[in-house]
Amino acid sequence: MTLELFLLLAAGLFAIGLYGALSQQSIVMLMMGLELMLNGVIVAAAAFWYFVAPGGTDGQVLVVVVITAMAVEMAVGFAVVTALYRARQVDMTDDAADLKG
Amino acid sequence: MEIVLFWVLAVAAVVFGFLVFRLNSMAQVTFALLASFLAVAGLVLLLGLGYLGAVIVLMMVIEMVVMAIFMIMYMMNPAGLMPMAMYHNKAGSMAISVGTFVVLAAGILLVDWPGRRGTPPPDPTVALGEALMGGQMLTMMTLGVVLFATIVATVVLATDRGRYDRLGDDLRARRADDPAGGGVGR
Repeated sequence: MTLELFLLLAAGLFAIGLYGALSQQSIVMLMMGLELMLNGVIVAAAAFWYFVAPGGTDGQVLVVVVITAMAVEMAVGFAVVTALYRARQVDMTDDAADLKG
Repeated sequence: MEIVLFWVLAVAAVVFGFLVFRLNSMAQVTFALLASFLAVAGLVLLLGLGYLGAVIVLMMVIEMVVMAIFMIMYMMNPAGLMPMAMYHNKAGSMAISVGTFVVLAAGILLVDWPGRRGTPPPDPTVALGEALMGGQMLTMMTLGVVLFATIVATVVLATDRGRYDRLGDDLRARRADDPAGGGVGR
């Protein structure tokens, strides 16, 4: 176990999540991609704590912040999907591109 | 032992993460994502962060079960009885994500990371608690306010008919405009 291995895993999870967030048409699947990206951030934060500065607590606090961000993202995401679906029966990103420049 | 565990969990996290965008059934997708999260929680436990690992397990199990309900509510083909392809710009997305991984991996391998300073406290959970209630109090308070704002925002967004729909923009309508009468008819 080395810092590099953990960070490579984090980068892999982040890249897979990015692929999902960019390629999926369903809004719910898009949110799964975002969650996977944050999942990678958790791995990186925990690894930095353990391998670089285990004496401090900043790494642990960062994990707490990321977990909270995941919960908030999920809750607000589903609320937006609900509002959008109620207004227009839309659950695909391509049908909700009104603001596309 | 630790090294074997690391590789098993790391491969599981990546494979299940990739399966999320490959499986047909929404239920399977949700549980693949859950498996990926559980593998990451295992890695966090492996690093000695018992409390945070347990929190991730508990939170993600609940979150994915809630997510499964929403998936089945909103998406076609919840059972995966027919193949499903809901992609746009697949090649571009793949190129961007592979490029991102290559750039990140190059950074990871080329940077001269600092050595380990300090040793883990005997009980990291106590250290985390003391930090959150001490030096990181502002972080904790911000998180609390954000979570409260989330509660309010989600309720407002998800409400079908609020008081302005029922009682008018100035809230002065004599009778609430409800689709069905209720109460005792007064």
